[in-house]
Amino acid sequence: MADKILLEIARYAPEQDEEPKFQSFEVPFHKEWVVLDALNHIKDKIDGTLTYRWSCRMGICGSCGMMVNGEPKLTCATFLSSYGKGARVRVEPLRYFPVIRDLVTALSDFLLKLEKVKPWLIRNDSPPLTAGEFLQTPEQLDLYKQFSMCINCTLCYAACPVVGLEPSFVGPAALALAQRYNLDNRDQGASERLGILAHPDGIWGCTFVGECTRVCPKHVDPAGAIQQYKLKAALEWVKSFVLPRGHEDVSKKEAA
Amino acid sequence: MSAPAHSPTEFHPRWYRERVSTYWWMGSWRYLKFILRELSCVAVAWSVGMTLFLLRALLRGPDAYAHFMHRMQAPGMIGLNLIAFTFLLLHTVTWFNLAPRAIPVRFGGRRVPEFMVAAPNYVAWVVASVVVGWFILRKP
Repeated sequence: MADKILLEIARYAPEQDEEPKFQSFEVPFHKEWVVLDALNHIKDKIDGTLTYRWSCRMGICGSCGMMVNGEPKLTCATFLSSYGKGARVRVEPLRYFPVIRDLVTALSDFLLKLEKVKPWLIRNDSPPLTAGEFLQTPEQLDLYKQFSMCINCTLCYAACPVVGLEPSFVGPAALALAQRYNLDNRDQGASERLGILAHPDGIWGCTFVGECTRVCPKHVDPAGAIQQYKLKAALEWVKSFVLPRGHEDVSKKEAA
Repeated sequence: MSAPAHSPTEFHPRWYRERVSTYWWMGSWRYLKFILRELSCVAVAWSVGMTLFLLRALLRGPDAYAHFMHRMQAPGMIGLNLIAFTFLLLHTVTWFNLAPRAIPVRFGGRRVPEFMVAAPNYVAWVVASVVVGWFILRKP
């Protein structure tokens, strides 16, 4: 007889449930299976109504993030074998997000926040195409590359208690992406992002718990990005007192 | 668990929002460690206050200093200061270890390893402790 593993999955049907409840499923234990394989097995063989998001199965699309035994994880990269044969694995929707159904969360609030920080290249000028591409050295790329690896999986939001306690907090991924563009020498939009970043709901809302960085599957280090921007903003604020006339504000400096 | 939210969209009649527990920080050692780190600032304030009182006693003369030292030797005060000292150590170590994340030092176009940013903090701490220790423990 094949080895088994027990999955306890949070189920929520908005038509009939007041709150989520857990349903247990026994699935075969294969050492090469990830949690997402087990969910797919349940949907294919046991209960077709189980609802969850997934797409690429290779840690690129960022859509299969869930709480696995209380930890935010990409289920496509979380092996059942790491919990052992006969273990109980509890799968829940990502924490702090509204639940639409079963394991599917509503991302509209996150997407609004993401849009607010303008995570795209902003230029004050519009050079013609004939001027060629914007050149960038490996050192200039290295300044922001780590922060550009974000796949918007929102695991960092589920790990950040500030997100749960202060719903208006912009959150780790959006702030890290803003910093990614601020540090890009091709970008000139730092002043446009300043209002949302240097704000109590922006970088100053972060208390440096550091869990966002720990759970990030792409090693983005959102906590580092936020602290670096805090330091820069604080230094610029001090400079504005010391050199009130000659002071060059953070936005202009970053846009240069 | 709280009641479900009202209808956010036509096709998703109800969203479920879980209320964050007041005791969220007790659910994981990492969150508890964060709270202890934040709480350690109280110990920092306490130590600064004690140092200022010590200086005031020194300025007021030998009697005031002797009185201050006598109060410091009370068992309750020793206990409080031991707790404050433990929190001060936690405060120092955690923030020194976090420093490289906020200060990404670059050399030759590359980011230097985190321990090389944290290490000077520890070196400065040891040097300062040795200097202060020498002042306190030297023979008059």
